[in-house]
Amino acid sequence: MRQDDLYINKIDWVTIAIYAVLLLIGWINIYAAVYDEQFPKSIFDLSINSGQQLVRIGAAVLIILLIMVADYRLFENLSWILYFIFLAFLIVTPFIGKEVNGQTLSVGIGSFRIQPAEFAKFTTALALAKFMERPSFDLSKVKHQMQALAIIMLPVVFIMLQPDTGTAMVYSAFFIMLYREGMPQRYYALGLTFIAISLLALGLENNLYLVGGVIVVIFTLIMIGKKKVSKVIGFSLLGLAIIAYSYSLDYVVSKLPEHQQNRIMILFNPDLDPLGAGWNVTQSKIAIGSGGFFGKGYLEGTQTKFDFVPEQHTDFIFCTLGEEFGWLGSLVVVVLFCALLIRLVMLAERQKNRFSRVYGYCVISILFFHFMINIAMTIGLFPVVGIPLPFFSYGGSSLWSFTILLFIFIKLDSHRIQLLGRMG
Amino acid sequence: MNDQRPITIVIAIVLVGVVLLTKLFLIQVADDSFLKRAERNAIQRVVDHPYRGLVNDRNGNIMVYNNPIFDLMIIPKEFSVRDTSRFCEIFQISKEELIEGYTAARKYSSVKPSPLIKQISTSEFAKIQDYLIDYPGLFVMTRAVRSYPQPSAANALGYIGEISATQLERDTLKYYRQGDYVGLSGIEGFYEKELRGKKGVKYKMVNVRGIDKGSFKGGELDTASIAGHNLTSTIDIELQKYGEMLMEGKRGSVVAIEPKTGEILSMISAPSYDPNVLTGSKFGTNYLLLNRDESRPLFNRPIMAMYPPGSIFKIVQSLVGLQMGVLTPNTTYACNRSLVACHNHSSPVNLFGAIRNSCNPYYHQAYRAMINREVSSSTFKDTEIGLNAWREYVLKFGLGGPLGIDMYNEKGGSIPSSTLYDRVYGPGRWKYSTIYSLSIGQGEMLVTPLQMANLAAIFANKGYYYVPHLIKAIDGDSRRIPEKYRTKVEVGVDAHHFDMVQDAMEQAIFGTAARAAIKDIAIAGKTGTAQNPQGEDHSVFIAFAPKEDPKIAIAVYVENAGWGGRAAASTASLMIEKYLRGEITRPSLEEYVLAGKFM
Repeated sequence: MRQDDLYINKIDWVTIAIYAVLLLIGWINIYAAVYDEQFPKSIFDLSINSGQQLVRIGAAVLIILLIMVADYRLFENLSWILYFIFLAFLIVTPFIGKEVNGQTLSVGIGSFRIQPAEFAKFTTALALAKFMERPSFDLSKVKHQMQALAIIMLPVVFIMLQPDTGTAMVYSAFFIMLYREGMPQRYYALGLTFIAISLLALGLENNLYLVGGVIVVIFTLIMIGKKKVSKVIGFSLLGLAIIAYSYSLDYVVSKLPEHQQNRIMILFNPDLDPLGAGWNVTQSKIAIGSGGFFGKGYLEGTQTKFDFVPEQHTDFIFCTLGEEFGWLGSLVVVVLFCALLIRLVMLAERQKNRFSRVYGYCVISILFFHFMINIAMTIGLFPVVGIPLPFFSYGGSSLWSFTILLFIFIKLDSHRIQLLGRMG
Repeated sequence: MNDQRPITIVIAIVLVGVVLLTKLFLIQVADDSFLKRAERNAIQRVVDHPYRGLVNDRNGNIMVYNNPIFDLMIIPKEFSVRDTSRFCEIFQISKEELIEGYTAARKYSSVKPSPLIKQISTSEFAKIQDYLIDYPGLFVMTRAVRSYPQPSAANALGYIGEISATQLERDTLKYYRQGDYVGLSGIEGFYEKELRGKKGVKYKMVNVRGIDKGSFKGGELDTASIAGHNLTSTIDIELQKYGEMLMEGKRGSVVAIEPKTGEILSMISAPSYDPNVLTGSKFGTNYLLLNRDESRPLFNRPIMAMYPPGSIFKIVQSLVGLQMGVLTPNTTYACNRSLVACHNHSSPVNLFGAIRNSCNPYYHQAYRAMINREVSSSTFKDTEIGLNAWREYVLKFGLGGPLGIDMYNEKGGSIPSSTLYDRVYGPGRWKYSTIYSLSIGQGEMLVTPLQMANLAAIFANKGYYYVPHLIKAIDGDSRRIPEKYRTKVEVGVDAHHFDMVQDAMEQAIFGTAARAAIKDIAIAGKTGTAQNPQGEDHSVFIAFAPKEDPKIAIAVYVENAGWGGRAAASTASLMIEKYLRGEITRPSLEEYVLAGKFM
């Protein structure tokens, strides 16, 4: 009994409160997305999405209770088993799953279907935490870096086969956790430079501006400090490599399948093809942009309700919020997400063992990535990738996987005292 | 080192939040173009077209109304039918037609309505109405088409058609939209503003597939359409129909006016067409056919055809001469046929005799007296001054320019001035012998049939007229017609001058137009024969009756019908009798007119 008291008192209610509020806002937005003024139905009506989602929220509460009453050591002990179970699921999904729009994302029996790729996120997180818990683990060692990367990449390979580029991209979020755990900073500097150059190469009409810029920067770097021959040659080669890369990137993009090519081009110019490839982004921006400061009012949105925005109750659920609650509503949700993430950073940092901390940062990484990319894509800051907004988007798999992901961490956090002394 | 990293991550989280909120602020608050685009997306402005005004004749008979026709619409997705053969029986279509219509509708859209059966009449609609409820996905859409119960008065009524690009451009108030129907000619054209009513607007919400999702803001921005005004025409539809029958197979015009008001009792343009052919979906093809027709049925002869008036102009000459003081009832001239041809009658004649016998040499000499008043020693200058002075008198008879009827494209004819002759012959190079043809209504003089009828009205009224018009009341209120149709126009000739002229016109009936005489109705009239170098002369006749209290003034112009006493006078006489008596007592004359084909 004493032990129970101990951990219940340690449960972080702030996180749970933010989770509950986000879930509630998400749910009333799902209702708004399907609301039909001519044939109004109750938000609890099981024949519409909001009713369905409520059932799923109920199941999520059940999952939360199960996690909370389970032994805190269970997850740690099951890490590898769970990882490989879901890896197996991912492998078989393309063969036994149900194909929708050329993608095979879900497996299941009858109407009960789950998307293994959603759950593989937290199993990968557990496996990574377990793996990195070893006292000898050191991210400054290339071998260990490669091993961690392998754990991440294994599910990614099979998710790409479904194919589900969006979810596969989510796994890149683990680099945030790896950063915290001591991955050398130069990788990130290199990576960010690489992204910046890629964006410039794709975004600029004429790569000559980029070439000019690179030459100026390289020349400046050479001129600063001592002029060694090796340094001059090294920087010159770097500059040439960048220039070669920028040109080859344009070539590679032109060889991509057309729908992916379009998604990239739309990012730079959404009005390129407003009725075709740009439709989603254009309509999504119209819906959000028409919300104004205070929004049109709950259930008063026209763009989302009348199906102008595709996937409005799943990946584009933020449109409903933006249209009906305006900038103020967007502000509340963005601030809530940031608050949740920062709170989770605080929780992760107070962990006394590495398993919990690594797992905590995996949760932060995945939620952060979803939140950032999902909202960015609805407002045209990022190409359209099909990933849900945590706790908001309609659908059981994503809701349950985010809930499990988060609450395993809350559970671990509540037992941080017991886990003391196992710090790696 | 690692202690810095959690802070870096927190900074990254905050940074992402700020970037997202900034971009959101930019599109939501700073840029209102998205709001406009959203409205364009989801809010559809649906124009509620008003009911176009009706037109009645002077006796309350409907001339133009809106005929509802029904289209049976189908929404393929909602449509279901269990017993196809019963369905086909009720809706009177074959199974093939049903399948074909359904397939076509499905191809267009499964959720938007398409027509299944087009143009169902009111009676057919009554039969299917009760069954509609049994078949989901079917409904009836009503359209109104202009319709004419009497296939008559086509050119007077005009037609409506889709607005042209130039009309749209001229519509500075932006009332019209592309595809709107407007009156293009006749009454429909002139009274477009009165007839059209006021459009209403409904704002409705539509989803991405264009499906109606109810009214926007509960309809608080919607406005209802206001029906157009009803017009009462001056036309007597029975008289109009009768005149059209008489003019069948002929080319020309008949215009009958009520002299005391200027109301046009009938305005016949022959050949004509059934106005019903220029309605609804058949407009395009039929318009082309009519436009190509060699007999030019769309040419509104009463106001657009211009002819030399011929001998009927001698009445004007007599009145101008009397008013100028050049002529008196006793002025006598010899019928000197060396001046100009004439027919057999006693000579010399006074003015009365000249009118009665339509004596050409008399007017040759009388006109010279009017023109050459010896105000200048130069005969050329004298003629110029005389012509222009005389012209002033003549213009007051409503000649030489459009009268201002309530129709567009009215031609004005022409009464030549010195400028015209100066242009043709050069200044100072023409004199009376150049222009004498004017004396008998020939030469460089053109008059429309409407102006001729108006002359008859002036003679009947002894010196005044009202601008002839086709509409006498708007919504039953006669004060709402334009002021000018209620204003008396004096022609500047003293009333007493008309007494002798009217007597002479009455006598003329027994001279040159014996066929026109009606027992117990005193008619005053004048024949004319306008020379036609292209063929048979044109037959002209103007008259008014009864002489003591004129109720009708009429002009008949029949092209290529020869001498005016024949076709024109007979037609006018029958029209007068029809109007005054309501029946025809001389079937033989009617047969005579009907038999005459001059085309």
